[in-house]
Amino acid sequence: MNDAPAIPLRFTLNGRAVAIIADPMLRLADLLREKLRLTGTKIGCNAGDCGACTVLLDGRQVCACLVPAGQVEGRAVVTVEGLAESGRLATLQAAFLRHGAAQCGICTPGMLMAAADLLARTPHPDEAMVEDALGGVLCRCTGYRKIIEAVLAACGGAEAALDQDTRMDAVGARLARVDGVAKITGSEAFGADAWPDPPFLSLRVIRSPHAHARFSFGDFDPLLAAHPGLVRVLTASDVPRNLFGIYPVGKDQPVLAEGYVRYRGEAVLALLGDAETLADINEGNIPIRWQPLPPLSFAAAAAADAVQLHAHAPGNVLCRGRVVCGDVATGLAAGVAHAEIGVTTSFVEHAYIEPEAGYARRVGDRIEIFACTQTPYMDRDELAGILGLRPEQVRVIPSAVGGGFGGKLDLSLQPLLCLAAWLTGQSVRMVYSRSESMAATTKRHPARIQAEAAADAEGRLTGFRFTGDFNTGAYASWGPTVAGRVPVHAMGPYRVPHVAAHSTALYTNDPPAGAFRGFGVPQAALATEALMDLLADRLGEDRLEFRLKNALRPGDRLATGQVLGEGAALAACLEALRPHWHALRAEAASRNAASDSALRHGVGIACMWYGIGNTGMSNPSEMVIGVTREGRVVLYSGAVDIGQGSNTIMRQIAAAALGIPAAAIDLVTGDTDRTRDAGKTSASRQTFVSGNAARLAAEALRETILRRANGAPDAGLAFRDGAILISHDGVETRLDPAAMVPDAQDLVLRGEGRFDPPTTALDDDGQGIPYASYAFAAQIAAVAVDTELGVTRVEKIIAAHEVGRAINPTLVEGQIHGGIAQGLGLALMEEYVPGRTENLHDYLIPTIGDVPPIEVILIEEPDPLGPFGAKGVGEPALIATAPAIFNAISDATGVRPTAAPCTPDRLLTLLRAAGGEHVP
Amino acid sequence: MGLYLRPQTLPDALSALAAGRYTILSGATDHFPARVLATPAEDILDIGAIAELDTIRLDAEGIWIPARATWRAVIDAGLPASAAALVAAARQIGGQQVQNTATVVGNLCNASPAADGIPPLLALDAEVELARLGGRRRMKVADFVLGNRRTARAPDELVLGVHIPLPARPGSSVFEKLGARAYLVISIVAVAVSAEFLPDRRIAALRVAVGACSPRAMRLPALEAALAGLLPDPALVSEDHLAPLSPIDDVRASAAYRRAATLVLLRRAIARLLVPEARAA
Repeated sequence: MNDAPAIPLRFTLNGRAVAIIADPMLRLADLLREKLRLTGTKIGCNAGDCGACTVLLDGRQVCACLVPAGQVEGRAVVTVEGLAESGRLATLQAAFLRHGAAQCGICTPGMLMAAADLLARTPHPDEAMVEDALGGVLCRCTGYRKIIEAVLAACGGAEAALDQDTRMDAVGARLARVDGVAKITGSEAFGADAWPDPPFLSLRVIRSPHAHARFSFGDFDPLLAAHPGLVRVLTASDVPRNLFGIYPVGKDQPVLAEGYVRYRGEAVLALLGDAETLADINEGNIPIRWQPLPPLSFAAAAAADAVQLHAHAPGNVLCRGRVVCGDVATGLAAGVAHAEIGVTTSFVEHAYIEPEAGYARRVGDRIEIFACTQTPYMDRDELAGILGLRPEQVRVIPSAVGGGFGGKLDLSLQPLLCLAAWLTGQSVRMVYSRSESMAATTKRHPARIQAEAAADAEGRLTGFRFTGDFNTGAYASWGPTVAGRVPVHAMGPYRVPHVAAHSTALYTNDPPAGAFRGFGVPQAALATEALMDLLADRLGEDRLEFRLKNALRPGDRLATGQVLGEGAALAACLEALRPHWHALRAEAASRNAASDSALRHGVGIACMWYGIGNTGMSNPSEMVIGVTREGRVVLYSGAVDIGQGSNTIMRQIAAAALGIPAAAIDLVTGDTDRTRDAGKTSASRQTFVSGNAARLAAEALRETILRRANGAPDAGLAFRDGAILISHDGVETRLDPAAMVPDAQDLVLRGEGRFDPPTTALDDDGQGIPYASYAFAAQIAAVAVDTELGVTRVEKIIAAHEVGRAINPTLVEGQIHGGIAQGLGLALMEEYVPGRTENLHDYLIPTIGDVPPIEVILIEEPDPLGPFGAKGVGEPALIATAPAIFNAISDATGVRPTAAPCTPDRLLTLLRAAGGEHVP
Repeated sequence: MGLYLRPQTLPDALSALAAGRYTILSGATDHFPARVLATPAEDILDIGAIAELDTIRLDAEGIWIPARATWRAVIDAGLPASAAALVAAARQIGGQQVQNTATVVGNLCNASPAADGIPPLLALDAEVELARLGGRRRMKVADFVLGNRRTARAPDELVLGVHIPLPARPGSSVFEKLGARAYLVISIVAVAVSAEFLPDRRIAALRVAVGACSPRAMRLPALEAALAGLLPDPALVSEDHLAPLSPIDDVRASAAYRRAATLVLLRRAIARLLVPEARAA
């Protein structure tokens, strides 16, 4: 740290005079957060790349991470905390709440401040002006469209419908997020927004600069002597059980490497001390001797002479997946039209705007951790394993999660924080830097896919063969999930009698690939949906009608042998898209005909399906709901809301099942000491699985109440003035909770619910019932391709999603918008290269100007098992987008992208190889 | 501990520079990002309080963009159409957060090969004015930027600002930036073209500059000469004119792509020179 001597500073903060003594080179963002504890201003990158820290300085939006404290002298700063006036939400904030413009909420303060700047000088902006003003703030959740709507609505534009949470029929209502006010006022506590009681230690991790190396340590005594504030150095020998991982078999990742690292960014030691001391330590002075080894690449991992990275994995194979039915050779031979394709994809970074953060403290013989996570119970058990404790000795308190998308399903900083707190007895805090977050944590699996398909003269698919290698990186993480899920979904949502689908997860010296929205299915869909276009074209059939003809319908037998149940409504999605398909195709054709410019227009379509929950594995959720002595209904939900809205959804489901308005239910969330295990926020399972548990719990509570009151099954319930009122046929019965005996949880009446989707394990041929429910969707992308530059601009997306029942349509639309934005990034710009793109200016995610208008069509065909018919939408939102864009590029230009992302230079190379970039 | 000085006047700043080595801090938008991974020990001279370096001036001589002028100030200054390329660049640098604090001179002094501000300054034939205690000097931007993050500024000098001369004849200028997304994007290629026209619309003088295709943004004299005296015809731009460039492969694009894209952008820029709406900032 280059601390300049502190100087007195005077400035105005949210209208009040502030006088403080501070280092003039302290970033304003740190001054606000660390010194003034105004944590509404978020830090996502510390480099001006994400805009999360946007505040107003003399009325103009600036990045607080780029303003030295010395420069605010005499000036006026306004933060998100200053937006609300005398406790009332500003019009802009209210519009964000109403429009569902905040999901995880980590970018929301930045978005609000950028918009406030705009509206202060331009009372009636148009959409382009909103985009220009908000172009400097990245959002990874919303796809930006609802943010634009909200800003326009705040100055007189169209208002979104918003239902009141006092209405009786909570399911299907557009309720504001239950945690929405906290997100739009900046009061929500993310991982970095809380501090343990002082004194506490900070933790700094030293990571490998090499992808593959051996190393040894020298003597740490001189380092400790040179830095009195350095309390302790942790190495592998300090970790009681130095291996962890998602699956019971295949725990292969050390908390701290033991003399050998398998990826750049792997943790080798941890320094404990005060933050200033740790920041001052020059990495070059840490006694580590490196012996770099040649790194094993994805291209070379399967070669016979490849170095073996893990003793348990001959051939570097982590695992394989396989689904086979019929005889694929016969099936392919039976077709009159054949198509074949090879597709490759890249590492994709989750790029949640909240870097991992949290703190741990030791409480007697227990350890407590407050940090961002998608899976508190798995964390608890894994941390207990690492520390050699019983699971009950670990308490996980999830912070608000500033975006996850699968990236916070793995442990990141939790093991070291807990270990350090356990060993020292002191509280320990850590916040990942952006580059550390990107270098150290998991990514989407790069894929290398070969696929072929055939169809008969009637246009019916006859056979499908798929082979996919997935780069699982240095450690297993969720690799087995990808390898298992992909072959089930590889043939797409189509009836195919003969299928052979194989997947392999290969170890390499790349970062661990883990869970990322879709678990390999988005990569596979790029190949499958290209084949559908190729076959349709070869048969001379319309691309939509060809898909519709082959679409899975209820009663169809899947390649796994499972018979598809009711509610599978892909056909309805395609039929809903049909008029848009024809209109957009006609529009593209006429624009192309009207001009011979380099800009070519095209329209693409793609379908997807997605099994909800774990693949052929138990994944139960449990919920508890009860009544307190005060007569309040409390839902104890262990489902972690990572921005997708499960807090709101669980409350709506429980309210509807209980027969009361959502407003009558208080929520206690995510604390392993207080809530039951609701599994992980993953696999699009919370609405379907935990939602069912919430429904069952609420039904049980209702039954208990009615039994007590001797009420009729259809009696009305109300909770008023501390009493429970049961009314039927004009007769009201009253229960008095205050007179009842509370249980250990302080509940006088309770209902419990547990739901585990009925599935069976898959056999060696992939036969079984992998999922209890499937979601379906079809999306259309309209693009304009600049064929001289290879630049693709997506102009419109129309997304038809079969969601069973939209518990909260605003939240469902939000999931779809956000998934589409990530699919667009996957298709066109996102490529993580270890060591080269560990920041948010070299690693590009879509900005507000990249996501086109999106039209969402919700198809509600109740799922027989879903709570009120609902199923998941989180991952389905993303999967069809990239294939639809690739198909649209092909439609526009005549060349077919086969490598994701289809960057301008890749596309121009294809166009030139095809004989001229100027395609008429 | 490092020093932090925040002088109120230019003489105070120059005196400080004469007496010691300082890192000069202005908009700080390049300063902090360069110090995310490691913070060197350094003394800071913050020029943010020097009021006499704030205001953009327009007079018969041309445009004066002083060291403290932000990109926002460039957008709001009502510059003549001949400087449209600089205004267009201003609107595409970072997000508005960065435009509100980052300065033109800071962009120039940071001397990134991909700096969007430098091609327009080259195309507008701008001159840099530097001062040290007891002396001032002026030099062309092309002479000031020596290479990747290297400039001709001596450690005891402060860049006071840049002069942009007004064209002798009616003129226009165009900026074309290519990046892989809509906002907040480092250029794959950026080009700026500035022209003065004869009454019959033939080119009297042309300056063409390309960024992100060489260690420092550079002019293309052969192309400028080839078009002089002719109508601005995009077809006259050829690959040979790009010979001075030395693009590299990086995460944003391949060298071959950069060459191809530069050719396209230059042709488009030449074609836009006479389109009136493109000339309005």
